[in-house]
Amino acid sequence: MDITFWDKERETLERSQLEVLQLQQLKFTVNQALKTRFYQRRLARAGIHSADDIRTLDDLQRIPFTTKDDLREAYPDKLLSEPLDDVVRLHTSSGTTGTPTVIYHTAKDVNSWTNLTARGVVATGASRKDVFQNMMTYGLFTGGLGLHYAAELVGMAIIPISSGNTQRQLKLMKDFQTTVIHATPSYIMHIHAKMEEWGYSIDDFALSKAFIGAEAHSESMRRKIEELFHMDVYNSYGMSEMNGPGVAFECVYKDHMHIWEDTYLVEMAKKGTDTLVGEDEEGELILTTLQREATPLLRYRSGDLTVLTGIPCACGRTHRRIHRIKGRADDMMIVNGVNIYPEQIEAVIMKIPEVGTNYQIHIDKTGSLDRLTVKTEIYSKMFTGDVNALDSLRHDIKEKLKASIIIGPAVELHEPGSLPVSEGKAKRVFDNRPKIEV
Amino acid sequence: MAKQLNIFVENKPGRFRKITAILCDAGINIRAIEIQDRGEYGIMKLLVSDPHKAHMALTDAGLAVALKDVVAIVIDDQPGGLLKLAEAFEHRGINMVDAYGFVIESTKQAVWCVEVKEPEKVTRQVEDDGFRVLQDCELYEY
Repeated sequence: MDITFWDKERETLERSQLEVLQLQQLKFTVNQALKTRFYQRRLARAGIHSADDIRTLDDLQRIPFTTKDDLREAYPDKLLSEPLDDVVRLHTSSGTTGTPTVIYHTAKDVNSWTNLTARGVVATGASRKDVFQNMMTYGLFTGGLGLHYAAELVGMAIIPISSGNTQRQLKLMKDFQTTVIHATPSYIMHIHAKMEEWGYSIDDFALSKAFIGAEAHSESMRRKIEELFHMDVYNSYGMSEMNGPGVAFECVYKDHMHIWEDTYLVEMAKKGTDTLVGEDEEGELILTTLQREATPLLRYRSGDLTVLTGIPCACGRTHRRIHRIKGRADDMMIVNGVNIYPEQIEAVIMKIPEVGTNYQIHIDKTGSLDRLTVKTEIYSKMFTGDVNALDSLRHDIKEKLKASIIIGPAVELHEPGSLPVSEGKAKRVFDNRPKIEV
Repeated sequence: MAKQLNIFVENKPGRFRKITAILCDAGINIRAIEIQDRGEYGIMKLLVSDPHKAHMALTDAGLAVALKDVVAIVIDDQPGGLLKLAEAFEHRGINMVDAYGFVIESTKQAVWCVEVKEPEKVTRQVEDDGFRVLQDCELYEY
């Protein structure tokens, strides 16, 4: 098999040398962290007052975990470690109950993120000869821009079409003989479902590769996409807190994703606990940034469940690999690639006086796309008896939810007391999508 | 003023039976009924013998119910009966939100029940035009 590298020296660095580099960069990150209001206090409580207090990689364990809630608490600038003048970009996530999270990037940060993602792109065998159609959303969502910069650096011809508009996706894929696409697996399946309708067949295209990410999917889903499109499909992993796409990427062997350990320190914790687990055990992925200047994160709990494996890969890369994501340690839902917490939906509903306090969130598959339905109850005391008022209420709920969670769900109105209330903590979320078998 | 019950009902089997059963248990007689359908749900509109009692019975059962003022206008149950009223509405510039009719005594009298924005004003206007508007209790005893 043909193995290509973007940064061969770094990608194949001896483990011992990698660890030397990691320690040096951990000191750098702690130093950056100490410049932020958030970590100053937290690290002081842990007895860390300067980077010199970190002597070995084991000293990492003296530092408490950082959570999504910490990021919200630190919003907007308590985790910013460089002057705003040196910031060239920021990405925010949609906010649960109103508070988003933000990651700032200096020029150097964007550059190192781009180079890192380029490693992943090149590891799949993609090159400057390829025509790259980027079907991930551009904007605050990191999926679009992250891969765009990397593909540009690699020298691919990019079609920055972003997500949606399937008819145009198909036309451009044919007209420009796109060879590589980047999308969520469910969107690729959706494209396949629409192909015939718009008068295309697989022979119209020149696809050879797809990068898929942003939502959990099974090995059989990958195989299915590969068969339907006669192309190689590579899994990629990332999250906005760790820049975005490019954190881990599959190489040509398509056997788990290399996680770049010169850029992220990897730890694993048993689901729902602070107990660390070793390789080959399922746990929550915990990452520490090693290169980022503007927003250092120490021991960030990703919420993603996976397995870390140290078995050497035939490609020669020394960076260990993580399995495809098996699920979430928290109640985050991923709907058509968009991260949503039930609390976001609850916060919107509770502010609307015409609806009651009981609600349900249903996620179903229709075709290859996810469909989100929010069921609410009419609040008796606010009912005016006017059918037009109900129609506009439904519209209002949908628009308010869309503003908060990006995607517009179907909204159902139900009679008071008609949604079943379960004992104790009410079960609100019903994920009716087929289970992912790993 | 005549009162109509507007009930929020999900469009699924058994709901109509449930509502009529509650009214039956409360000893309520239904005079007229209309359904405004919106697919997954609708509004059931009822003229009943005792709207306040019915409202309480339905609310107690957990339903979302509103009592609405409606104008119940007596018309002749013969050709041109409704036309006469329609002409009066046009002349007065009255716009209907919703309406339905029912016969009280075949070939003699019928009632046109209208939901309007300003029921009291419309009542005065149609009475000035010589129509008879039924009061709440009258409507059910008629």
